[in-house]
Order: sequence, then C-alpha cells, then structure tokens
Amino acid sequence: MRKQSHSTAVALGGALLLCAAAMAPVAQAAVESTDPIKLTIHDWTGQYLTTHIMGEVLKKAGYNIEYVQADYIAQFAGLETGDLHIAMEMWETTGKQAMDQSLATGKTVDLGETGMDAKEEWWYPVYMKERCPGLPDWKALNDCAEAFSTPETAPKGRYLGGPVTWAGFDDERAEALGLNYEVVHAGTDAALFAELESAIQRKEPILLWIYAPHWAVAKYQGEWIEFPEYTDACYEDPSWGMNKDMAYDCGKPFGWIKKVGWKDGEKKWPGAYKAVRNFHIENDAMSQLIVEVDLNGRSVDDVVADWMKNNESTWKAWIN
Amino acid sequence: MSVVSAALEHRTARISPWLAAWAGLLVVTIALYFARDLIPWAFKYPRGWQLPLHGWISAFMKWLINSFDLGLFTFKELTRGIAWVIEKPYWLVKSLLSTGFLKGVGSYAEQVFPRLSWLAVIATVVLFARHVKDWKLALLAGICFGYLAVFGQWDSAMITLSSIAIAVPFGVAGGLFLGIAALRSRRFEIVLTPILDLMQTVPVFAYLIPVLILFSFGPVSAMIATIIYAMPPMVRVTMLALRSVPAEVVESGRMSGCTKRQLLWKVQLPSAMPTLMVGVNQVIMLSLNMVIIASMIGAGGLGYDVLTALKRLQIGQGVEAGVAITLLAIALDRLSQASARRAPATRNAQLRGWRRHPYLTIFFTVTAATWILGLWFPALSNYPDAWEITTGSFWGDVVRYINVNFFDVLDAMKNFLLLNVMIPLKRFLLSLPWVAVAGMAAIAGLQLGGWRLGLLTGSLATFIAVVGLWAKAMVTVYLCGLAVIIACLIGIPIGIAAARNDRLHRIVSVIIDTLQTLPSFVYLMPVVMLFRVGDFAALLAVVAYAITPAIRYTDHGVRSVSPDLIEAATQAGCTRGQILRKVQLPLALPQIMLGVNQTIMMALSMLVITALVGTRELGQEVYIALTKADTGKGLVAGVCVAFIAIIADRLIGAWAWRRKRELGLE
Repeated sequence: MRKQSHSTAVALGGALLLCAAAMAPVAQAAVESTDPIKLTIHDWTGQYLTTHIMGEVLKKAGYNIEYVQADYIAQFAGLETGDLHIAMEMWETTGKQAMDQSLATGKTVDLGETGMDAKEEWWYPVYMKERCPGLPDWKALNDCAEAFSTPETAPKGRYLGGPVTWAGFDDERAEALGLNYEVVHAGTDAALFAELESAIQRKEPILLWIYAPHWAVAKYQGEWIEFPEYTDACYEDPSWGMNKDMAYDCGKPFGWIKKVGWKDGEKKWPGAYKAVRNFHIENDAMSQLIVEVDLNGRSVDDVVADWMKNNESTWKAWIN
Repeated sequence: MSVVSAALEHRTARISPWLAAWAGLLVVTIALYFARDLIPWAFKYPRGWQLPLHGWISAFMKWLINSFDLGLFTFKELTRGIAWVIEKPYWLVKSLLSTGFLKGVGSYAEQVFPRLSWLAVIATVVLFARHVKDWKLALLAGICFGYLAVFGQWDSAMITLSSIAIAVPFGVAGGLFLGIAALRSRRFEIVLTPILDLMQTVPVFAYLIPVLILFSFGPVSAMIATIIYAMPPMVRVTMLALRSVPAEVVESGRMSGCTKRQLLWKVQLPSAMPTLMVGVNQVIMLSLNMVIIASMIGAGGLGYDVLTALKRLQIGQGVEAGVAITLLAIALDRLSQASARRAPATRNAQLRGWRRHPYLTIFFTVTAATWILGLWFPALSNYPDAWEITTGSFWGDVVRYINVNFFDVLDAMKNFLLLNVMIPLKRFLLSLPWVAVAGMAAIAGLQLGGWRLGLLTGSLATFIAVVGLWAKAMVTVYLCGLAVIIACLIGIPIGIAAARNDRLHRIVSVIIDTLQTLPSFVYLMPVVMLFRVGDFAALLAVVAYAITPAIRYTDHGVRSVSPDLIEAATQAGCTRGQILRKVQLPLALPQIMLGVNQTIMMALSMLVITALVGTRELGQEVYIALTKADTGKGLVAGVCVAFIAIIADRLIGAWAWRRKRELGLE
C-alpha cells in the first residue's frame, strides 16, 4: 500500500503543480494582509460559536481565516509568539490570572469584553426544593445537609465542585460559611455533567457547580443558590461579611468574558482587530445558539450561518 | 531436580537475615508511629526541605525557548525545523485522504484536486489485504473501513488515519535508528535505557506543554507527542531482535565478504524481521491509544469526536467514534502483521501489462473511475449522508435503563467496597511514615537484586518525598495497587481458563483487543453516571484497561509450558488439576509475573485519564500543570509516576529472574 500511495502521491504532486500554474489568482477584497488570521478554538460549544461567528464575519470583510485548536490556558504561549492571533473567550472567573500574566509581557493585547457575563455558582435541580424548602437561600443548606448526603459523606452533605483547575475557592467557601458539606471535585466538566444527568434521571439529590452560558442550564430546570453577594473585599479582607476571621464568605463573582489577541497583529490587520473589538453578543442570544447545537444536534456551521443571515445589520456594523 | 532442591535449601538458609531485616523495619515503623509527635518530619516531609525542582525546570524551559543559541540557529528554530520535516509529508497524506489538494492557506484555500474517494480507499485496503494474505483478511479490512463510511465516521477517520500514517513510519524509523545505535555503542545504550523507561512511563500530559511551545500549535505537535509515546517499544524490540539473530547467520554473512553496512541491511535486519514486526505492531497500537489525548492539543479526527460527544453526554456518538478507532487499529494491525509474514513474491515474470500487476491495475482503475464519475455522481466520491446509519440514542438509553433500575444495587456494592476496603487502605497508606516506605523499597531491592537495586529503589522513593509529592504518590500507589490486585484476581483465572480451552481463548482475545484499543474515555463517562465522580469510578476504569496484560500473559505463559513436561506428568498419573497446580502454574510463573508487571504499567498510564474524573493523585497533579501551562510542575509529577513504575518494574523483574534461574529456565 505504501508504495502505491507514494507513486500516486508523486503523480498527484505533478498534477497539482500544473493546476496551480493554470489557475488564475483568487479574487480578494482589499485587506491589509492576506496571511491567515489564526483564531483559537477550545473545547466548549459556546466558545466554538463565538469564534466561528467572528471568523465568518472577518471572512465577509475579506480576511483569510484559520481555526486552530489550542488549550484555553496553554494558548497564551502561542498568542505571545504570534503562532496564534485571536482568542475569543477569556473568562474572568477562570482565566483572569493567566491573562493578566500574559498582558504583563506586553506581547498580547486586551481586545475588550464580548458582552456576555460569565456566571457560575452552586446549583440544584428544581425538585430538590420540595425536599429542602428553604432554598435557594444558602442558610437552608445546613438544614438539608442530610438530604444532600451520600454514604461516603454522611452526615455531611455532598457538593460536587468544578475541576480543581478552575479554582473557585469552594473548599474555603464551605469552611468560611460554616457549611456542613464535603467538597468533591470533578476532574472535568464532562464528568460533572455525567453525574448531573444520572442524578436527574433518577430524581436523586444533587448539589453542584454549574457555569453559564451552558446547555445544562437550558436543558434542566434548576436554580442557583443565593449566597451573600460577591465583592472584591469579601475575597481579600477576612473581616468582611458574616465570618470575621475568614475570606470567601460570599458567593462567586460574575464576570466579563473578554477577547485577547497577539499584540503585533494589530499592526498587521488593523481592520480585523477593530472588528474583533466591536464583537458583541448577549448571554440570552448565545444560550439559544448553544441549545441549537448541543441539545437539538445541529451543526455549528448551520447555526452560525443562520445567525449571520438574521443579524446582518449587527455584524455589518462591526466591520465598517 | 537436584538443582531445584539445592536452590530451595540455599533460599531457606538465606531467608533468616532478610526476615530479621523486615522485622526490624516493622519495629522501626511502629516506633516511629508512637514517636510521631517528636519527629513529624518522618511522616510529613517538611516544606522547607523540599527541592524547588519544578521551578528550575520551568526556568530552564524558558531559557531553552527564548535564548538558547546553537550558533547558526537557535534551539527553537531547530525544533521548528523538525516540525517542518514532519508537516510536509503529513500535508501530502492529508490532502490525499482528507482535504483534497488545496491552493492557498486558511479560508482562501481552494480545492484544485479532490481527495481519494471512499470507494478508492476501501478498494485499496481490500486489494492490499488480498495481496498480502487472502480474501478472509480482505473481507475483514473491507468491513472495518466500510464501518467508517456507513456510520458517518469517514471524514474524521481519514484525518486520524493521515496522522497515524505519518506518526507510525517516523516512530518505526526512529526506533530502528536508536536501536541500531544502541547496539553499536554500549555507552549509548547505557544512556538510552533510562530515557526509554521515562518515555514510556511519564504521563503524556506532562510533556504536552513543552512540546506545544517548541513545535507550535496544531497537528504536528500532537504527532510528535504520539511519536515520543509510541517509539520506545520499537527501540527495545530492535535491540532484542538484532541480538537474537543466530551467530551462524551473521558469520556466514561475514564470510561472504559483507561490509558492516551490508551485514546490517542485507543479513541482520531481514532475518530479524518477524520480531521487528512485533515492534511495528506496538507502535501502531500505541499511536492509536494516543488519539484522544492528541486531539486535546489539536489533532482533530476521531479522538476529537469522542471527546466532544461525551462532553455533551451523547454516549451513542461517543461509542460509534470509539469503535471506529478500534476498527482502524484492528485493520492496521492485521494488515501490517500479514504483510510482514507474507512469503516472498512469486511473480510470474512472463506476464506482461495488467496481468503482471493485477491489484495495482484495479486500484488505479477504481481511483480514476471514481474521480471522474464522481464529478457527475457525488455518491461515488463522498459517501452520501442519507445512507448513513447510527445507533442513535440506543447506548444512552441502555445506560439510562441501568441507571434508573439498578442504581441501588450498584450503589450498595460500591459503598461496601468503598467503606470497607478502599477508604481504610487509603488512610493506612497515608499514615505511613515516608522514611519507612522508602526503607521498605530499599530492603526489597536489596533482597531481590543486591545493593545496586536496593540503592536505586530506595533513592527513587526518597526523591518523591524530596520534591514534596509524597501524599499524592501514596494515593497513586493505593489506587493503582488496588486496581492491579483486582485485575490480577480476575485476569489470571480467566487467562488460565483461556489457556485450557481454545474456544474461550478466541472469545477472550477479541474482548481484550477491544478493551485495549477502545478509548477509555468512552466507558469512563457511563461509569461516572453509574458510580458518581470519585475513586471508585476511577478504579473501575483502571481495572478495565489494566486487566488485558494479566489475561494475555497468563494465557501465553500457561500455553507455552513444554508439552514434554505435561506428557511426563500425565504419565506419572497426575490429574488435570494437579498438572495445572504442580507443573503448569509454577513454570508459567515468570511469564505471569511479567504480565503483572505490565498490568502495573498500564494502571499507571491510566492515571492521567482518571484525573479527568476527579481522583486526587499524581495524575491530577500532572493534569493541573497541563491546564496551567506549568512545565516544571507537570514534568516533576510525571517523573514521580515514572519512578513508581520503575521501582515496581525493577523489583518484579529481579524476582522473576531469580525464579527463572531457580527453575532452570535460564
């Protein structure tokens, strides 16, 4: 097989050269540089959608676009060297530290907010309200610890936290608020939602960390726990809040989701960078798109194409 | 017989000082336990004494990337050069199989020439299979590739196949080269052996970040990580194969006046071919094992499909893509095996034209015909969506049914094991002083392999404490140790049964082939749904993966006991059970222990995956480092995993070697 494919490959190579010589150059709109702009894609649907929307818009403006898969945090190494150019979603709740570090090198640039708000908090399915009437107030949690417990954690309740890498200070929060709960960390969000799905199939108790925009919030009925509202002082100053000796005695911060880019790219494709800065979409609109893809099983390309058709005036304003 | 009894006597004579040593260690441990308030450092290695090794490694990497200059070019330019060498052939294969030949880059790219049609690719594998073996193999290959088209996995499978088609030759060639070099220079071999150990046991996540930074983002980095992971068996097999070429063969080559190079290429390598193919098989299998992890850093393809499907809890799609990986592995494996065993071509030189190359002719005909006709009938070049079938929500429904109806039973089982075995064991191991555990490793090494081994195992264990990862290492030992015990308890009896029954042997072979190539991620998520996030789910996943060598090696070991011995035992009036207990099992023990050894390696290599369901051990440390892009931290934790593996490997190896010598097998 090897030998055959080699000889075919050689033949094809020859054919390719002939074709290339014969073809006329492709018509292109006037843009600053025809080098491909590399947009990074990560592993969650929302980011996939925002990136593809941005990519399609830039294509309409005549830019050359390439999508490159890169890890959410590891991508900064690439953004700093110019291997990668634009990252569409950097969440304050999970990526702020890495982003600040990278911006400090002077090789990347903050391209402003996307308009979406990242929300993450403790969450429960709505049927738990019958078993724990005080919800969603966090003060009810201790009374229901038994209801949320499993044999491993009993008599303490069980709270399934996000992956350790996404921080969130849940161990500290449980301690500071005197919650009688054991914090169990899921390794990935896939495992997290697998357990949620399983519990909901059986209508079993579950209390876990969820973030939005995400399909789970649309698919399952549930509510966020209401903790004392977050302020910067709560995380930094132990004396703030009900626990005078500890920080983290409040809920989680809601935060921006920003775009980041390779600094020198701004000189290379000023128009494209301007369009990225202009990019704006709201949580609700994004949630709907995510539901289309994750729950209704439509392809990202279809959903993006629909959005482009229905929101022509919106994206036209970004590139002009 | 007299040799054995002499050895036994020898052993009983020597046993008492070792007994004293172990008793001494026990006393010291208990003493330490009571004095734990006086000498806390023996239990918890003090933070102040820790070696900031990970900081040094990170700093070194920064220097390597930003400022290391080799004179004519920088280190980074060198690595980018290597990436270029791999990227070009990849581009060619990918164009041929997946994207078609493109002009321009990014979204400006336009197809100037289409890819091979699905019919042409299937025709290729079928004809190739017929060419190297028979129609039976051709049918198998056809079914495997047919599945890819029918279940709508074609596009992804071709991307995966392209990267495998590049990674495997590079892995094989690199392995051959290193193996030959090690054979020629003893000094090189001494340096290479520990590096091979590390390449095989350091979890892949640990070096993904440095690879990404050095070789740029995209499929090439994924391929390089795959090559690093898949190459070591090829190196080892090359060394073994070339060494075991009979001296007479080499001698006759010399006598006929071969130069050193001719001797290698014309005599040694051809006669070592069958063994070398075992290495090729391992490279293929390990490359396909990496498909999921490679997709996490941009390889795309089937691995990416499995990952995204399971993130959305679409278990059915995950299973379909996972099975596609398994079938691809099976097809490539069987084809490579058959082509290696193929008898030299008996081509009739009298024939001319297409009669002389019938398969090549059919191949070109099909390719050209589908290309041309494909312009009018697209179904010939791309498998139409409408013909695709899917298992739909079937698998999801199965899991749901079990979940709703059997959860209580499963949960009770889980809780029993968790509360009575797992948690107590974990607490016990965590409460042991590290000094005593390191001492235990050292004494075991001393007893089984002499002072050099004792020194090695003792210092490797101490290293783990010194870099401050002791507690996580103990959780690793607990999880892997328990998984290995369970895998052996289940696997060894199955292996023995399979060795004594041919039909069972065939069934078991298919099951373990599947278990080994089906990406563990596919069954990890259903396991989480049924058993919740935590150690138990992780344990099940590790057992499912690590059980294969326990079965395989036991089966092989029991089967390869010399028939003469069994004949002799039968003559002496032994029953079947007696033959098994008194003859087959003792003689197969070294082989079985090799299986246990491999079980441990497999269990450790699953750690990184179990970190994805929230276990808190070294694998998780590596995974955190990956997501934070912390090179030093990841590598240090990875090396600790490798050290645990090396300790286990060396101890078992030394033990098996002694046993073999006692039984007169070596």
